[in-house]
Amino acid sequence: MTLTKADLVQKIYQTHNLTKAQATSIVETFLKISKDCLANGEDLLISGFGKFNIKDKNARRGRNPQTGKELILTARKVVTFKPSGILRDRVNGMQQ
Amino acid sequence: MNKSELIEAIAQQENLPHREASSITNTILETMIDTLATGESIEIRGFGSFVIKEYEAYQGRNPKTGDKIEVPPKRLPFFKVGKELKERVNKGS
Repeated sequence: MTLTKADLVQKIYQTHNLTKAQATSIVETFLKISKDCLANGEDLLISGFGKFNIKDKNARRGRNPQTGKELILTARKVVTFKPSGILRDRVNGMQQ
Repeated sequence: MNKSELIEAIAQQENLPHREASSITNTILETMIDTLATGESIEIRGFGSFVIKEYEAYQGRNPKTGDKIEVPPKRLPFFKVGKELKERVNKGS
């Protein structure tokens, strides 16, 4: 089963004294602040989870894999994620 | 931005005591970690998705000494940025 936004809302609704509407609003705010931070080109560091970095990519020659035509890929910014040691350990079955 | 700044921003926007915002943020993150720990994925529209990739054992080398070493099988979380976030980051807004 894939975890979705609705599952996160449900979880904090169950564990905190909040209405469903408040829980939904908080999850949206959590995501909005995270996205705004990255959209501004700022890295997001969440200790115990991982860090999201913004990387600048230079323009380069590429190819359309379907047609084989060459094209120029323009310079762009991308988001990369590096999991923290805690998250890596948990994913590999090590308990904290 | 780091985790405490994120918590502070949530507390302000949602009019929550700092302690409550901190507790809720931790619940969100722990729920995400628990999900990935069981090998399941996360999909958050507009933000991105996390999947677990499985790696087989392989023979590697210590880059410093050149010694052969057995690398055990492992699992790693991977993040794929969502369409909305990808476009916003690239536009810088």
